[in-house]
Amino acid sequence: MGFAPSDSTDLALKILVAGGFGVGKTTLVGAVSEIKPLRTEEQLTAAGAQVDDLGGVERKTTTTVAMDFGRITIREGLSVYLFGTPGQDRFWFLWDELAQGALGAVVLADTRRLTDCFPAVDFFEHRGIPFVVAVNRFEGSRSFRPADVSRALDLDQATPVVLCDARERASGKDVLISLVEHAGKVHAARVLAQARS
Amino acid sequence: MAYPPREYLPGTPFGYPPPPDRPVQWYDEDAGPMVRPYALTKGRTRPGQPFDLIALVVTDIPDPTVLPVGPEQVAILEICRGNALSVAEIAADLDLPLGVVRVLLGDLLDGEHIRVSRPVPPALLPHEHILQEVIHGLRAL
Repeated sequence: MGFAPSDSTDLALKILVAGGFGVGKTTLVGAVSEIKPLRTEEQLTAAGAQVDDLGGVERKTTTTVAMDFGRITIREGLSVYLFGTPGQDRFWFLWDELAQGALGAVVLADTRRLTDCFPAVDFFEHRGIPFVVAVNRFEGSRSFRPADVSRALDLDQATPVVLCDARERASGKDVLISLVEHAGKVHAARVLAQARS
Repeated sequence: MAYPPREYLPGTPFGYPPPPDRPVQWYDEDAGPMVRPYALTKGRTRPGQPFDLIALVVTDIPDPTVLPVGPEQVAILEICRGNALSVAEIAADLDLPLGVVRVLLGDLLDGEHIRVSRPVPPALLPHEHILQEVIHGLRAL
């Protein structure tokens, strides 16, 4: 036994669900998959030490970070894994690992607090990870057209903006489908560009 | 508050009676974990090899209890027997932190008790048909 060659039968794809605190990431992951909480025990960074009150526990150097995580089985040997990124800013360092090898990301946005999703948008843009912005329609929030949201976030024109209700399974599925379609286009364009150069 | 008797009971694991249906609560969550997570890994925090969150782990060892491995590793082998699970799922199912699971998996890989398939980077995805399959699969959910 050992590391199998990558052409083995089992394939796993990773999709991240990002966005501000309380925007519905857990709800979305739970609507489309069976959700499981995942714990990581992380070293407290210097940045975190300023936020976390370590008074009386000065020797505590690790902290537990919980993430949401779900699996969608497409067929035997092909699964999609969803990871809700930790909402708090101080866990940004976890994102790098999460983003590695990701097929793409869903950035959930709440139009009442659109600025909350700026960091996620920046993160995925800088790393060239395909993403869609899904506007979670909260009751009592004004409805905006996707084009308005796209302009407000200064998105690349190719980046899809979709409206969704994170509580609805059908709506969550549509968001994921638009992401996979978009990621397919982005990757195909990259392969083409590489072949030309 | 009933607490399990300490006398040896023949025919039970370790001589202790089976745990009561409802565990006796003599500490609360404020106490923190009874065993610090990395005690399970003898203090090691880094596995010999990196394990991606969605690397898939599978084994075909029929009876892991005969192996010279710890109970957590036996548990890993049991849930992965003939059933590929991601590193993230193993951590979630066993309610262990990821870092701990990675070290335990490193031992299992060194002992050649598991097979691990590296995830395929999206850039190297074998053709569009996989993504098409994913899209169809999502529609059918």
